Amino acid sequence: MGEEAGNLSAFHFFTRSLGHLERIIMLHTFVAYVEDLPGVLTRVASLFRRLNININSLTVGRSERVGLSRLTLVCEASGEAGHRIRASLFKLENVVDVDDIAGAPSVTRELALIKVAATPQTRSQVFELVEVFRARIVDLAPESLTIEMTGVESKIEGLIQVLNEGQDRVLEICRSGKLTMRRGHHTSRVLKAMGAGSEDSSEADGAMVQALEDTVASDTQ
Amino acid sequence: MSNQAINTQASNAHLTTPTRLTGAEILWATLVGEGVTQVFGYPGGAILPVYDALRKFPIHHTLVRHEQGAAHMADGYSRASGKVGVAIATSGPGATNLVTGIATAMLDSIPIVCITGNVSSKILGTDAFQEVDITGITLPVTKHNFLINRAEDIAPAVRLAFQIAKSARPGPVLVDITKDAQQATALFDFEAAKPRPVRPHPMRKIEDSGLAHAAELIRNAKRPVILAGHGIIESGAMEQVRTLAERTQIPVALTLLGLGAFPASHELNLGMMGMHGESWVNHAIQEADLLIACGMRFDDRVTGTTATYATKAKKIHIEVDPSEINKNIKVDVALVGDLSEVLEQLLPRIAGRDGSAWLKTIDSIKGDAAVRDIKNLPDLGHLYAAHVIHDIWRITNGNAIVVTDVGQHQMWEAQYYHHELPRMLITSGGLGTMGFALPAAIGAKFACPEKEVWVIAGDGGFQMTAAELATIVQEKIKINIAIINNGFLGMVRQWQQFFYDSNYESTPLISPDFVKLADAHGIQGLTVRTRAEVAGAVDAARSANGAFLLNFMVEKEESVYPMVSAGSALHEMIRRPGSDPLLESPNDK
Repeated sequence: MGEEAGNLSAFHFFTRSLGHLERIIMLHTFVAYVEDLPGVLTRVASLFRRLNININSLTVGRSERVGLSRLTLVCEASGEAGHRIRASLFKLENVVDVDDIAGAPSVTRELALIKVAATPQTRSQVFELVEVFRARIVDLAPESLTIEMTGVESKIEGLIQVLNEGQDRVLEICRSGKLTMRRGHHTSRVLKAMGAGSEDSSEADGAMVQALEDTVASDTQ
Repeated sequence: MSNQAINTQASNAHLTTPTRLTGAEILWATLVGEGVTQVFGYPGGAILPVYDALRKFPIHHTLVRHEQGAAHMADGYSRASGKVGVAIATSGPGATNLVTGIATAMLDSIPIVCITGNVSSKILGTDAFQEVDITGITLPVTKHNFLINRAEDIAPAVRLAFQIAKSARPGPVLVDITKDAQQATALFDFEAAKPRPVRPHPMRKIEDSGLAHAAELIRNAKRPVILAGHGIIESGAMEQVRTLAERTQIPVALTLLGLGAFPASHELNLGMMGMHGESWVNHAIQEADLLIACGMRFDDRVTGTTATYATKAKKIHIEVDPSEINKNIKVDVALVGDLSEVLEQLLPRIAGRDGSAWLKTIDSIKGDAAVRDIKNLPDLGHLYAAHVIHDIWRITNGNAIVVTDVGQHQMWEAQYYHHELPRMLITSGGLGTMGFALPAAIGAKFACPEKEVWVIAGDGGFQMTAAELATIVQEKIKINIAIINNGFLGMVRQWQQFFYDSNYESTPLISPDFVKLADAHGIQGLTVRTRAEVAGAVDAARSANGAFLLNFMVEKEESVYPMVSAGSALHEMIRRPGSDPLLESPNDK
């Protein structure tokens, strides 16, 4: 199970019938830096509500910039909607930068906490699965245990599926939603867009980093 | 601090020297610093500290009769002057009454700042008396809004609000200030409260390749049309658009809000496009091989169904808002930036060209439709709204600021009052807000006291905000009001006639005697029933000392032609029926 599974799902195309029109609906992943102020999340969410677009996943947390939060937002919308969503996000006063990840090389991860019913007699089966999926046990109680799992969406779903096979052992699932970061030197581009740190963003550097990115990408495939 | 301390010789000292003031004083001082001299508002419990401090500042406050009026007045003030209009209201119902006016400004990209009071921060969110989440309510209809609960945050928020309201694509901003923030004191430092520079939208860029491509399309076009929108006025690009049109001999079609951006009398001016645009304008667009859209957004009212819109044309879109690009109509070249800046860069690449063949073709499409226009009909005892509006245009020499409401009269005004200059037609285009005209005209009169201001409203819309007649009287201002009274909610009746088998459900309308209503306010008025009386009545209104109301009893079931029905192609217009001997039709001889 490699990282590319996550990348592929980021531009996993499928069609859906909208009335009499067939439009290409795709998954969009936006990464945005927003001011860490009350109500900012509402403004972002309200934009998608107004466009009648469902948000599949949304994660927010502190970033490397003081006073700015970073969010990763995944939604389904027509392919051509990406431009308008990005342009509209930028128009929000509290949004400082927006990146449409689309099909660019990137790392996507999700964290899940899964509570499973397990007695001392049945634990060993669960331990085996946890081992196979390279997850960890983070809480152990007489009647249950809690698994922490990090990975791409499909890997987490795979674990949940096998845990549920045969008997309903899963009691609770808590998933973080997707976290996405471009591979390579992209961070400096963001900083540059924010008016800081432009020392390593010359064209030549960019080409070099791109070559490095390609190498890393082929290594992981 | 004494009451007059700030308003006397040291009136602007607080703008240069940091001074300790209450939040309420900081609000007014910041408004003064932003150049505000006029606000429109309505007091109430949660905004009382602000009203108490008003007497110390050189700002005139107009008491409205309903907060919707305050927002429309700020809007009309802005549309007439180009400055930021300011409206003030209290919490709860005062704030919610602003919402229609804020949405009106949002849809037409008008810079206004609305100030609302809110309950004290300690009881915020407790459903206190007259508490409402106005920042939540107005979130989708403002460019941005603020909830302020500390006195020291007021000046930076208000200054940023002004910057946001007028920068790039303008729009409304709301600042909600809790009562305790108005009462607390803080050090006021106008300079320190200056907002950070406007963060340019990274997708707003004018690429050299785009300019070259646009110039090439213009050079090679055989049947080009310029689509002129409201952005020309907001950007102040009238001269550049005119230069472009004259140098290239490309005809100009205007949106409703674009009227005045290009002189009506100019030989290249085709007139208004869209749902009630003249047939030759819409045909020219449908036949064009190049559309140059300047500061307009391909609204559904100007495109008809998008599937069949100008299919033969390449499209150049010059627009300040990146989110408008390819939103309604796919374009071939997008030049995203301030219109006058873009045109300054584009014009050096544009050479003169001969446009006579295409202009001749459009002339032939026009035929004699204009000659047989309704306004040229002999007086056969009918009083048509078109006649009334055309007469007002003739008598005022087209020099009045005309503020229209929404409906049939609005379209007739667009067709029969010819605007030579920008900011002379004030109308709610995007939201289509009935009740807009009277309060917006009051705002326009405060912006341009030296100009003649006319309200043209229907009998339906006028009644939505007629209470503002009292505001006119209290403020002693001169506004002329023409009510186009047909006893129907005319535009809805027209739709019922065309699309609902003439089932006139809930559109016949009983109105008060508008002249008596005006009289009850101390405003003079006249009722006009025949065409022969129109000119005299208009003269009487113009020469009267105070405000004057004219109640024009026009044909009850006249419709606006031509009309593109919703969902039809732009060239599929409903024309005047030929059976009426009074009216022109494409089929009559």
